[in-house]
Amino acid sequence: MSVLVALTILAPLFCAAAGIALRTRSRLRDGVTLFGLLAAAGSAIALLVLVADDRTHVVRVGGWNAELGIVLVADLFATLVLPVALTIIVVVEIFAIGQRRTAWGANPELTGPLLCVLTAGVSLAFLTGDLFTLFVAFEMILVSSYVLLTHQGQRGQIRSGMTYVVMNLLASTLFLFGLAIVYASTGTVNIAIATERIAELPDGIRLGIGAWFLVVFGTKAAIFPLFSWLPDSYPTAPTTITAVFAGLLTKIGIYAIIRFHTLTGMEELGPIILILAAVTMIIGAFGALAQTDVKRILSFHIISQIGYMLMGLGLFTEAGTAAAILFLVHHMPVKTVLFLVGGLIENDQGTSALDRTGGLAARRPLIAVFFAIPALSLAGLPPFSGFVAKFAVISAGIAEASTVIVTAALVAGALTLLSMTKIWVGVFWGERPDAVSGTSHDDAPGNRTTMVTAAGLAVTGTLAISLFAGTIFDLSQRAAQDLRNPAGYIAEVQS
Amino acid sequence: MSISLLAIIGGLTSTGLYLITARSLSRIILGFSLLGHAAVVALLASGGTPGEAPIAGKDAGISNPVPQALGLTAIVISFGLTLFLLALAGRQQTLAGDDLVEDDLEDRRIASGESVGARQ
Repeated sequence: MSVLVALTILAPLFCAAAGIALRTRSRLRDGVTLFGLLAAAGSAIALLVLVADDRTHVVRVGGWNAELGIVLVADLFATLVLPVALTIIVVVEIFAIGQRRTAWGANPELTGPLLCVLTAGVSLAFLTGDLFTLFVAFEMILVSSYVLLTHQGQRGQIRSGMTYVVMNLLASTLFLFGLAIVYASTGTVNIAIATERIAELPDGIRLGIGAWFLVVFGTKAAIFPLFSWLPDSYPTAPTTITAVFAGLLTKIGIYAIIRFHTLTGMEELGPIILILAAVTMIIGAFGALAQTDVKRILSFHIISQIGYMLMGLGLFTEAGTAAAILFLVHHMPVKTVLFLVGGLIENDQGTSALDRTGGLAARRPLIAVFFAIPALSLAGLPPFSGFVAKFAVISAGIAEASTVIVTAALVAGALTLLSMTKIWVGVFWGERPDAVSGTSHDDAPGNRTTMVTAAGLAVTGTLAISLFAGTIFDLSQRAAQDLRNPAGYIAEVQS
Repeated sequence: MSISLLAIIGGLTSTGLYLITARSLSRIILGFSLLGHAAVVALLASGGTPGEAPIAGKDAGISNPVPQALGLTAIVISFGLTLFLLALAGRQQTLAGDDLVEDDLEDRRIASGESVGARQ
């Protein structure tokens, strides 16, 4: 089992090195990249099966004890989210291989290896058992994302890259200060041991730590009022890169908040988190309505959806935490598919601006279907996975009689549907405006097949999540129970 | 924690925060260098009372080595990021002739209610 845990991190790292060494030989490089990502995803799925059956598995790197060394903890929460995240990266890499010969593709020599580094960082962030390794994992993810965002060196990318890098760098610096605070007050950076000792601290210091890390992880997760960097920077990157960012980066911030704040039991912060969640949902949904570009609308939706996960967490009940985890699992693939479809639209129409596209439903019905399924799912209509996730979050809210937040969630859901309709009307209905004497960028049919296949795979994945929603919800509930009763987690890590 | 360390952390943090509010990326880079130093000093201070160099075999009277290890890792990461920011500033210099952080143009356009077709 330890081998599987190690593989999810090391396989992509080695393949990143190999990919850089083989950068001029495109076939071999793509093969190595895909192999590394598949190995990681395969190990993650195997881990989920083993951990769901048996129990938490702890790897002590180098045999050091938990207080001094690095521990990797494969508990149910981590292993439930990890396979979804890694599978998404595999699908996106397949899409990227198809897209790269078109005008919208990213530079393949860099993206393959960097995507591998990002994957290793994602695995590490999910599996790590101490805060400092979480910091290192965030840096691995962010450094590769900085380069992925700006590597084409176009003016818009450099402009938005500056905002993105500065905001995230500030959050990372605050993270370091937070680590100093935790180490000074508890004498450890191990999450399990810190959980035990934080509970004994005076309320002021305990809640101070909670609030500090809410700001740190909240910046990465783009919650209100720390979201401004997201809709600015995401749309400028090549689609495949935006798809990975949209599916994963903010979700890792939310994952960290759920893990840290639930384990340490920061229930007094609940009301503040709920207010932030409500404002995040509403602002994101209104922001999306105002936009006129497919990628920008979708970027604002990310913010709005982050609010739902935050709401589940802020309730600080078992049902709420379980709903937040289910929402996380549902949201990652759905968001990625929407951005991939955005890439298909851009590829076909030459732009993703709503006023310069149109009539795609008649010309490419398959793309319309691929858009409709995740879009309805995101808006929370049955029978798709979004309905199950939203239903879980909202019923957890009703159980706590939090009327305001439930109303906010329902309003945001309606607004999401409205902005999806806006995309549908703009892109799929009507005629393509004549002003665009565009030749579509569809130069090689082979590439398009790869892209459509990858998008199709991803859509199937989201449908599978709605099909197995019962099983996934059971697992989320078990994961939530583990998080709400940290004694078991602490015992596993320290034993 | 000694008062001199506190003063150093406070001084570096406030100067750093002031610098990163600037528009020019070169000032922001300087600000982040100072903030990074402040964070590392804070990590060192969190290790408790200072002592002899922590060498294996010595038991009593040594400094706590764990925050030093954490600090070293943080220093390496901030080195790399400073270089990346410098490269970004360099690229902006080539493209725009300065290294100022610009506004989100699309946002400005939507806020001003300008018609969509007017773009480009």
